[in-house]
This record gives sequence, structure tokens and C-alpha cells, in this order.
Amino acid sequence: MTTKRSETPEPAVPRPPTFSRKDLLDIESITEDDIRLVLDTAESMREINQRSIKKVPALRGKLVANLFFENSTRTRFSFEIAERRLSADSIALSATGSSVAKGETLLDTGRNLMAMAPDAIVIRHQRSGAPHLLARHLPCAIVNAGDGAHAHPTQALLDAFTIRRAKGSLAGLRVAICGDVSHSRVARSNVSLLTKMGAGVTLFGPATLLPVEIERTGARVVTRVEEAVEGADVVMILRVQKERGGGLGFPSDKEYFELFGLTPARRRLAKKDAIVMHPGPMNRGVEIDSAVADGPDSVILDQVENGVAVRMAVLYLLIGASGDE
Amino acid sequence: MGEAAGTYRKLRLLDGAGQGRAIARMAREIVEAEGGTDGFVLIGIRTRGVPLARRLAAEIERTERVRIPVGLLDITLYRDDLSTVAASPVLKKTEIPFPVEGRTVVLCDDVIYTGRTVRAAMDAILDFGRPRKILLAVLVDRGRRELPIEAQFVGKRVATSATEIVSVTFRETDGVDDVWLLDREASAKAARRALRPAARKSPKRRSKK
Repeated sequence: MTTKRSETPEPAVPRPPTFSRKDLLDIESITEDDIRLVLDTAESMREINQRSIKKVPALRGKLVANLFFENSTRTRFSFEIAERRLSADSIALSATGSSVAKGETLLDTGRNLMAMAPDAIVIRHQRSGAPHLLARHLPCAIVNAGDGAHAHPTQALLDAFTIRRAKGSLAGLRVAICGDVSHSRVARSNVSLLTKMGAGVTLFGPATLLPVEIERTGARVVTRVEEAVEGADVVMILRVQKERGGGLGFPSDKEYFELFGLTPARRRLAKKDAIVMHPGPMNRGVEIDSAVADGPDSVILDQVENGVAVRMAVLYLLIGASGDE
Repeated sequence: MGEAAGTYRKLRLLDGAGQGRAIARMAREIVEAEGGTDGFVLIGIRTRGVPLARRLAAEIERTERVRIPVGLLDITLYRDDLSTVAASPVLKKTEIPFPVEGRTVVLCDDVIYTGRTVRAAMDAILDFGRPRKILLAVLVDRGRRELPIEAQFVGKRVATSATEIVSVTFRETDGVDDVWLLDREASAKAARRALRPAARKSPKRRSKK
């Protein structure tokens, strides 16, 4: 008997829900209950981030390895802060200055790391499916912090958390996602999560920046940005991903802004109380006007703040308990 | 979580009226020990420390005409057995909407057993600030401590065996005010013969300690 304090919760919850998977690889592989559990847990984590001492001992003695093979500031900091606030030990490995630069394969890097017994590996990689490869071969929890143009599940969860806090719930909302859809793992994970939770998603991308078979995502696809934004509760603007060739799909930044950028005039097409989101980093004057990005409806910095709470929730749910009783 | 099945009611420790009298007495003792109602706050440990804290506050308000601040504390992230439980326990919100710095905190819980919950609660409180003093109020002290922690305000003391369970229910959380001592069917076969045969129904919902 390890339960000193039995957690029979308030009536109507027969058993404490648990996260259904060993890893968090993408939104498709987790259930609606998992999503709800992460969002609810993140509410408690958010409270910790508002205390004067922003640290709890929940993951004391756990080791988290952060493998970032691709540039990242926000996501990497967010994970590191989440790990520290839960008292986990964390180590970072970047592609430069490690054995990766010497030609080691991803799987070998993972196996070598595994020999040092981390409880979780947080991985960002430029190749889609890299986290899945590690998850298949390593016994520890793998958290996908963005893989190629495939998935960015913690971003989708923090976006959902931000929307839920602003709007009360996700079901029935109209969400417009606009921009460089074809290069965006954020778009992919968000469409998957939001449709799963009952929100209606409208996608707009310049024709050259739309992936083939986009209809299969379950989102409505429109050909004008105004059409997407009109009547929306949430307007999510995607970054033009120049490093992935997103800049090749249109003649100039100025032209992109004129035709597709979120200007105050386009913002007014959405509902009066709509919120404006952007996963960052922003190209001001390309996909979004500064007046909108810094305006009263913008929750862009809330997204960053909520990112820490959501990643704390994910790490806690994946490795907070050993599961080998 | 399987203790509910396979247990039977062995002894009623407090009925609704007895529970009310115990809480009223504890409220008086707290005010007396603190020399009034200044500077102390009540913090209930989730789940069933919360209704106890609220009842104590209501009782003090009734007799002293002073409203005592009540906080809610979830100690899950401070548990020392997190790494041995099979699944991450569900987190509930901690709400302490007042500073604890320099104040007397009266921690409230339904049952004290090993003392580990209270140890975790003290760690959590200290992360919110430095109280002048922390005291402990429990409805039932069932003994069998594993840590050197004692309650200053106790509704009922009862010596228990390790197989027994103290089930505290409150109207607010469970629909009925009641305190029962339960025991496991299997471990109590011999003892059962000596008891009245009527006392053998499993109650629906309870906290198990």
C-alpha cells in the first residue's frame, strides 16, 4: 500500500484518468481524454508559475535530455523552464558541438544517451518522424518538440490551452489558420487537435503554400484570406518559413503582406471578441501587421506564458509516476 | 483504489451530530489557543480537508463574528511516493488567495495517519512564504505515524490496525456527514465472529486512509 492519501476524487470520477501513451509524438496518436487531461493539469501548473517560489518537487531525481537538432529559442527555453519548475535535472544537446557533428546517426545518439538513463527525451529534429524512430527503439518517454513539417504537439496543446482560457471551451468555435500551411507543423497539429475537440477549422494559404491533399485534414479550405477570417472566434497566423523554402512561394514580403497579411482591416472581419494568435517568431510586416500583433486582441505572449504550464503538464503526466509498481 | 470492495463497516466513530460537535469544539480550541481570531488562516488539504476547513471557518464566524480566510491546497506534486504510484495522480488546483507570510496557518485534513500528507503540505505551504507558525487540525487521528508529526486540534482519537480504514464523509463532498472505521473482509475473518452481524455493509463513497 503506497497510497497514504487515497485520491478518491469528488463523485462521478470513477478512476483517475491517466495519459494513454508512453510518448507524446503527435496529436493523432493521443485521445480526446489525453488532451483534456493535459489541459486540466496545465491549469494547476499555471498556478505554480504565479507563485513567488515557482518550483515544486514533483520530478525530483528525474533526468530529462533535450535534443535540439534544429534552431529553437522559445520552445527550448520553455521546456527547460518547465523541467526546472518541476525539479527535474536537465541536460541539453545541440547538433553542433556534439557527436552528431561527427557523423553519428540519430539512433546511435539516442542509444548512447539511453545508457545514461534519462526518464524523458525532448527532441526537435528537421526530419519528420525522427521522434517516432527514437520512441520505437528507446524505453524512455519521448516528447516531440517539432519534427520537420510533420507535428508540433506541445504547440497545439498550448494553443488549445490559450484558446480554452480565453473562450471557455473549444467545441463549436470557428478557428481560422492562415499562412504558410505547407511548411507548418504547427498548422498540422492544430488542425488535428481542434477538429478532434469539436472546433471548426478554416485553412487559408496562398496557393503555392498549400500542401496537396489538404482536404484530408478535415478542415475547410478557402482561397481568400478574408474568407477565412470572416466571423472567426480565433485567428491564428502562421509564420512564413523562409528556412524551409516558404519564401519561394511568393515574389516579395511586401506583396505577401498586401495580399495575405493580417492587417487591422482584415482583423475587423473576424468577430469583435476574436483573439489573434501567432506561434512565433513573427515576421512583422509580412504575415502580420504590428498594430494587430501588439493590439488588445493579441494573445501571442499568453501563448508563450502558457507554453511553460502545458509542457510541465506533459512532462508530469509522462514521467511523474514510474508506472512500474 | 480497490479498498472499497472487500471492506465492511466495523465501527461508527462519529455520526453526523457527533461530527458537528467535534468540529464546534475544535473551532473553540483554535480560537482559544490563538487568543482570538487575529492573524490566523485555515488551509484545507484536498480533498476532504477542504470541507473541514470550511466548517471550522463557518463555526468561528458563527461564534466570533469574524470571517477567517480559507485556502485550498493540493499536495500531489509534493508527495514522497510519486515515483512509486502507478499513475500520475490527478492534479487539482491550489488556491491560497492570501499571503501566508507572518501568519499562523492552521492546516486542516480529515484524517492523520502516517503523517506523510502533512509533511508534503508543510513543504507546499513553505513555498508560498514563511508563516509565523503552522498548526494542524484533523477530524480523526488514527495513530500509526511514520513521521514525527502531531495534530494540535483533534476531533476524535482512535487506535487502529494497519488493515483498517477510516472513512470520513462530509455532506458537501459525499452527501452525508459520517465517520466509520472499516476493515478488510479477508483480514478480519476471525474478528468478525465476535461482532454484530448487522454491521457489514459497504458504504458508497468515502476517503480511505
